[in-house]
Amino acid sequence: MARHTLSVLVEDVPGVLTRVASLFARRAFNIHSLAVGPTETSGFSRITVVVEAEGDLLEQVTKQLNKLINVIKIVELVPESSVQRDHILVKVRADAATRLQVTQAADLFRASVVDVSTDSLVLEATGTAEKLNALLSVLEPFGIREIVQSGTLAIGRGSRSMSDRALRSA
Amino acid sequence: MSKGSPISPSLMAQKAPAAAGDAVKNKDVAASVSSIVDAVNPVQGPNNIVPPTEMTGSQAVVRSLEELGVDDVFGLPGGAILPTYDPLMDSTKINHILVRHEQGAGHAAQGYAMVTGKAGVCIATSGPGATNLVTAIADAHMDSVPMVAITGQVATSVIGSDAFQEADIVGITMPITKHSYLVTNPEDIPRVLAEAFHIATTGRPGPVLVDIPKDAQQAKMTFSWPPKIDIPGYRTVVRGHSKQVREAAKLIAAAERPVFYVGGGVLKAQASPDLLELAELVGAPVATTLMARGVFPDSHLQHVGMPGMHGAVSAVTALQQSDLLITLGARFDDRVTGVLSTFAPDAKVIHADIDPAEISKNRTADVPIVGSVKEIIPELAQACRERFAAEGTPDLTEWWTQLNRLKNTYPLGFTEPDDGLMAPQQVIERIGELTGPEAVYVAGVGQHQMWSAQFIKYERPRAWLNSGGLGTMGYSVPAAMGAKVGNPDRVVWSIDGDGCFQMTNQELATCALNNIPIKVAVINNSSLGMVRQWQTLFYDGRYSNTDLHTGHETVRIPDFVKMADAYGCVGLRCERAEDIDATIKQALEINDRPVVIDFVVSPNSMVWPMVPSGVSNDLIQIARDMTPEWEEED
Repeated sequence: MARHTLSVLVEDVPGVLTRVASLFARRAFNIHSLAVGPTETSGFSRITVVVEAEGDLLEQVTKQLNKLINVIKIVELVPESSVQRDHILVKVRADAATRLQVTQAADLFRASVVDVSTDSLVLEATGTAEKLNALLSVLEPFGIREIVQSGTLAIGRGSRSMSDRALRSA
Repeated sequence: MSKGSPISPSLMAQKAPAAAGDAVKNKDVAASVSSIVDAVNPVQGPNNIVPPTEMTGSQAVVRSLEELGVDDVFGLPGGAILPTYDPLMDSTKINHILVRHEQGAGHAAQGYAMVTGKAGVCIATSGPGATNLVTAIADAHMDSVPMVAITGQVATSVIGSDAFQEADIVGITMPITKHSYLVTNPEDIPRVLAEAFHIATTGRPGPVLVDIPKDAQQAKMTFSWPPKIDIPGYRTVVRGHSKQVREAAKLIAAAERPVFYVGGGVLKAQASPDLLELAELVGAPVATTLMARGVFPDSHLQHVGMPGMHGAVSAVTALQQSDLLITLGARFDDRVTGVLSTFAPDAKVIHADIDPAEISKNRTADVPIVGSVKEIIPELAQACRERFAAEGTPDLTEWWTQLNRLKNTYPLGFTEPDDGLMAPQQVIERIGELTGPEAVYVAGVGQHQMWSAQFIKYERPRAWLNSGGLGTMGYSVPAAMGAKVGNPDRVVWSIDGDGCFQMTNQELATCALNNIPIKVAVINNSSLGMVRQWQTLFYDGRYSNTDLHTGHETVRIPDFVKMADAYGCVGLRCERAEDIDATIKQALEINDRPVVIDFVVSPNSMVWPMVPSGVSNDLIQIARDMTPEWEEED
C-alpha cells in the first residue's frame, strides 16, 4: 500500500481532531503520523496526516473528510512538489568513551545535541523520514534509550498558499 | 391544512407549469430541501428582526425555534433539559408532543420531516434520554432525513466526571450525524440552532445534534435575531457541471437500452415533476428504489417497478440488461445491486447526486454530475431536447418489447397460503386500493415492508415512508405519528409487523392523548417473518427464536385488540379474507381515535421475487427455486 500525505485545513474548534481521526478509523485506515497546529489565520488549524491506502479508497475517504462541516479544504501533497519534514528527539547512550563518536555522527546529519548527562545525550534532528531513519541506524550501535518523533509536516513548494482561496470567502 | 407539500390529487397535476427549460425555479416552496443553497439566506424562517434582549439560554432555545418557524416538536423531559421545558410551556407557537420513549420522538421527527420536507425536531434529556435517540438518528443519517435533535447535557463543570445521567452524546453520535454541536456558551445558542437547521435541510439532508449543558440553559445571554451564520467548511454544489450534463445527454441519445435508476434524492429535492418531464422526453423505463417509491407514478406506463433484492423482475432486469443507467439521487446500495461485480455489467453509468462522496463509491460513474437533481434534471432535459432535435429521438421499441414481455409474464403477484389463513399481500393490497394514493403509508421493517412497497400503488412522492438504509424495526408507529402531525388532513396508515409493533407501540398512548388518529394495520403472522423466511430458505426450516405467539391458534400474548383498547384506541381483528374490505372500511370511518387492526395472516407467505444474498441479480427467483426464462440473447 502506498503512503499518502494529506494536508487538511480545519476550523479550530473542539472535537475537530476527533472527527477527522475517527473518520479514518471508521474506514479501517491506519494513520501513520499526524501533526496539528495553528496556521497563519487565527481560528484555523492545519492537520498533516500520513496514511497508508490504495488510490480509490483514499479518494473515497478524502470525499468523506470533505463532508465534515469543520473541514475547509484537503490537498494531497506529493513528495515531488512539496517539502516534507519530520522532527525527532533521540536519547542515546554515550559515556566519556563514546560521546565523541556520537556527536560526530550527529554532525553528519546536522543533528544537534540538546541535553548531555554522564551516560547519555539527547539529539535533535529534522529531515525527511529517510534521513532520520539513516541517523537512527547510525546511532543504533551506541544504544538508543528513547525516541520521540513528530508527525510529518508538509508544505507545497512555490508561492501558492493552501488557505488562499479557501479562506477568502470565509 | 397539511404542511409543506400541498395536498394535490396525485402528482400528475404537479407537472411543472413553468416553460420547458426555464431555469427559474419556484423558491417559495416551503421546504426547499437541497435546493439553491447559496442563493438564499441560510437562516430559515421569516427572519424577523429581534433587537438584543436579555434572557436565559433555555428561553433562547425556545425563541430560536420559534424564529426558525418550527411548529411541532417531539420530546420527553428530564433533569438536564428541564430548564428548556419551562419556557416551552409558555410558547404559543410551538406544539410540543410528549412521547413515551425518546426513540419514538426521533422516529416521529423523521416521519414529520419525510411528509413535510421540513426538519423534524426531537428533544431529550442527557444520558439515557440522548442514547434512546441514537437509533432514530442513525436511521435519519442512513436515509438522509432532515432532523435536529436537541439534548440536555450535564453542567459543564461536571462533564467528563461520570456525573448522573451523563453520556458523551456528541461523541456517540459522531459517525451517524451530519454534524453536531456542544454549546457551552449560551450566547451561541441562536447561531448554533440556525446553523443546525441550515445544515440539516440543505445539501444532502441529515440529522444534526445540538447538545446543551444545563448551565448554558440556565445562564443569562443576549438574544438577537437573525444570527449571523458563517460555516466556511460547508459549501454545497447545487448546479451540475454543464459540460457533464451535455455529456450525459450524448450517452442518452446513443443508448439502446437506457433505464432511469431513481433514488430517494429525487424525493428530497422535490424533483418529481422534473423527473416526469425528463422520463417522458427520453421514453426510457423508470425504476424507483425503496426510498423513491412514488417519486414516479406507479401507474405510468414507463414505470417498471422497484429494483433490488425483492424488486420486480421487470425492474431488476431493466437494470441488469441495460446499456445505460441514468442514476438520479440513488447510491448503488447493496440491496439494489446484489453482487456488485455482476451488476448491470454492460451498462455505462450517469450518476447525478448532491453528495460527491456517493459518486463512484460503489460503481464507477462514466459521467458523474455533482449537484441537486432539482437543477440537473431540467438541464439534462434541455440538453436531451437539443440533441434529439439534431439526431432524432432514440428508438427504444426493441428494448420495450423485451421489458413489456417481462412485465406481462412476471407481474408482481402472490399465491394463497396453504394453511387457510389470509394472505398478507392481499390485506396490504386492499388497504392501498381502498385508501388511495393521497394517503401516507408508513411501514416497519421486514416482510410487511416489502409487501407494502410492492403491492400498494404509489402515485405521488412523500406517500411512502420506511426505514430503508438502517432497517429499523419499530420505525412505523412513531413515524406514522409524526407523519400525521405533519399531514393532519391525510389518512396515515402504519403498516406494521407483529414483531415491529411490539417495539414501539407505546406511542399509541401519545397518539390517543394528542388526537393523532393514525391507523395501524398489524400484519400479524405470529413471527419475525423475514427472519423466518430466511430460516425456511437457507436454514432447513429450523425456526430458531422467530415464533412470537401472537397469531392464529397461539396464546396471543399480547392480544393486540385488548392492547389497543387499553391505549384508548379502537381495536379490530380480521381473520378471514372475506372480512378484509369491511374491516378496512370500518377503520377508514373512524377519525376521532387511533385504530389498530390485528390482521391474522399466514406465517408461511414469503416475499417474492427474491435475489438470494451473495448471488448476481441475474439469478432472481420469482418463487422458490424458480428463475424466469430469459430471452435467447442471454
